[in-house]
Amino acid sequence: MTYMTQTLTEPRAGLAARLKLALAIFALLAVVPPLAHAMGEPFMIIIATRMMVFAIAALSLDLILGHGAMVSFGHAAYLGFGSYAVAILSRAGISDLVLQMVAAVLASALFALVTGAISLRTRGVYFIMITLAFGQMAYFFFVSFSALGGDDGVALAARSTVLGLPLLQGETGLFYVTLGLLIAAFAGLYLLTRSRFGRVLTGTRESALRMQAIGFRPLPYQLTAYVISAAICGVAGVLLANQAVYVSPAYMSWHRSGEMIVMLVLGGVGSLTGAMTGALVTVALEEGLARFSEHWRLGFGLILVLVALLSPGGLSGLLRKFNLLRDDK
Amino acid sequence: MTDALLQVRNLRKTYGALKVTNDVSLDVHEGEIHAIIGPNGAGKTTLISQLSGQLRPDSGTVIYTGQDITALDMAARVRMGLARSFQLTTLLPSFTVLENVAVAVQAREGSSFRFFRPASTERALNDQAMECLNDVGLSGTASRLAGALSHGEKRQLELAIALATRPRLLLLDEPLAGTGHEEAAQLVDLFGRLKSRVTMMLIEHDMNAVFALADRVSVLVYGEIAACGTPDAVRNDAKVRAAYLGEEEVA
Ligand SMILES: Nc1ncnc2c1ncn2[C@@H]1O[C@H](COP(=O)(O)OP(=O)(O)OP(=O)(O)O)[C@@H](O)[C@H]1O
Ligand SMILES: [Mg+2]
Repeated sequence: MTYMTQTLTEPRAGLAARLKLALAIFALLAVVPPLAHAMGEPFMIIIATRMMVFAIAALSLDLILGHGAMVSFGHAAYLGFGSYAVAILSRAGISDLVLQMVAAVLASALFALVTGAISLRTRGVYFIMITLAFGQMAYFFFVSFSALGGDDGVALAARSTVLGLPLLQGETGLFYVTLGLLIAAFAGLYLLTRSRFGRVLTGTRESALRMQAIGFRPLPYQLTAYVISAAICGVAGVLLANQAVYVSPAYMSWHRSGEMIVMLVLGGVGSLTGAMTGALVTVALEEGLARFSEHWRLGFGLILVLVALLSPGGLSGLLRKFNLLRDDK
Repeated sequence: MTDALLQVRNLRKTYGALKVTNDVSLDVHEGEIHAIIGPNGAGKTTLISQLSGQLRPDSGTVIYTGQDITALDMAARVRMGLARSFQLTTLLPSFTVLENVAVAVQAREGSSFRFFRPASTERALNDQAMECLNDVGLSGTASRLAGALSHGEKRQLELAIALATRPRLLLLDEPLAGTGHEEAAQLVDLFGRLKSRVTMMLIEHDMNAVFALADRVSVLVYGEIAACGTPDAVRNDAKVRAAYLGEEEVA
């Protein structure tokens, strides 16, 4: 899987600058609810929550796609596992968010462990196809799950409780819980990608042959990253179900998986901040453009083409170009 | 009499009709520099790839420190001290020079299933990596990205990485190719110094270097060992002169 070109992946320098960008994004997000209330536009909070949910999902994908050069085309399956963990457990009377997250993480990790162990035997385009196939298997499983609405999905009776408290009932509560988890996901992945483990993972992206020639066997590291990535995406699924108060197989269709890759490419792969920015911007554009016109996809397509032409490194590559993302040396 | 550190026995590898390794047997003794010379396409790189575990031979055995390692993968062989350098420079381009070497130290120092502490702050890894960079004369470029090095510097880095695995037997695939005069002289000097601690199999087209360094020379022609002996014996072998050296001497 070494076909990922260098222009697509960011050099490992510039870490401190990226950290600053991330902090700025978190600070901006933190003032969204009061701002939305002041402007009399509470709908903004809902949109921002969706933006952050997909930012968590995109961050998780960036671990394997950006840092591991494992282009998974089935990552939306884990959004589904997370969502259905909420639907199934709340139907069984377990409405606590923490328990639902544990279930989502376990289910996602298990599915990733099994399908990853098989998928990672392949390379390049075959890996893309096999992850797509596993993702679609999960999708069709829930489509045929008639007890939970099948194709139509199922509405939740209520949002999850947090240790017995109705923290998520209001949009603002859900917003801040999501923001907290976004920050946690970013911080965790930031540390992980710089750790010994992350070094082996990115090293394998750069050259698997080189890593083997110094004594590593890449597979266990790649599989571990694959499982961690799935688990984080499962958490995003739990939040997505709570945000919509509704769960549907549509969350895990291959369109969604493709959209997640688009978010990464738009933001710039392999830098975490790029994934986060890409997801925030994509969802914001979707919502924003959809208001202007039914043909918003056309506008979004144009923006993608422009970014691809102007900056192969995505939005964060664009920032670098204009010297906005440089390390203070 | 002690057994050789590396014993290659009846190694064969074919690509279609091409016998790229044709019944190769040779010994590399502890402490020697064993040069492999031969014309382009003779099968030198393919031989090294089979010795390092990157390629499976069709038949034959590779014995290292008395153990049959024919079925072991590259990682297992590296951990036993059998390392190689690549003819086609194989680096981690978006890593710094220091990180390229430090990750090789990391491979043999403790677990890499550590998820939180920044690896770049591990003194023990960086110090050892820095030593290897010093050895090859690259310490001045430690913080640059490997992808931004000059061709000659990349060749030096390739060697520093191999050294960082703490090899007992180092398979060097044309380490001097692409280096400038000064760098080449520096590396020849380094090999001379390394000789007391590392056994080397040296593939090289630079005959001055080969005859200055090698204790023994094997000549590979069309996948076969055409001759093997001391540099002087090989230099005077009629078959070798015809197949290979003739053109070099004239040039
Ligand atoms: N994967 C492969 N498939 C088919 N033929 C190959 C393959 N790899 C190498 N060869 C052929 O095997 C022969 C030996 O190649 P090899 O690279 O081992 O030669 P070499 O002695 O290292 O040459 P050089 O001095 O140019 O580095 C060449 O003719 C090459 O074209
Ligand atoms: Mg060669």
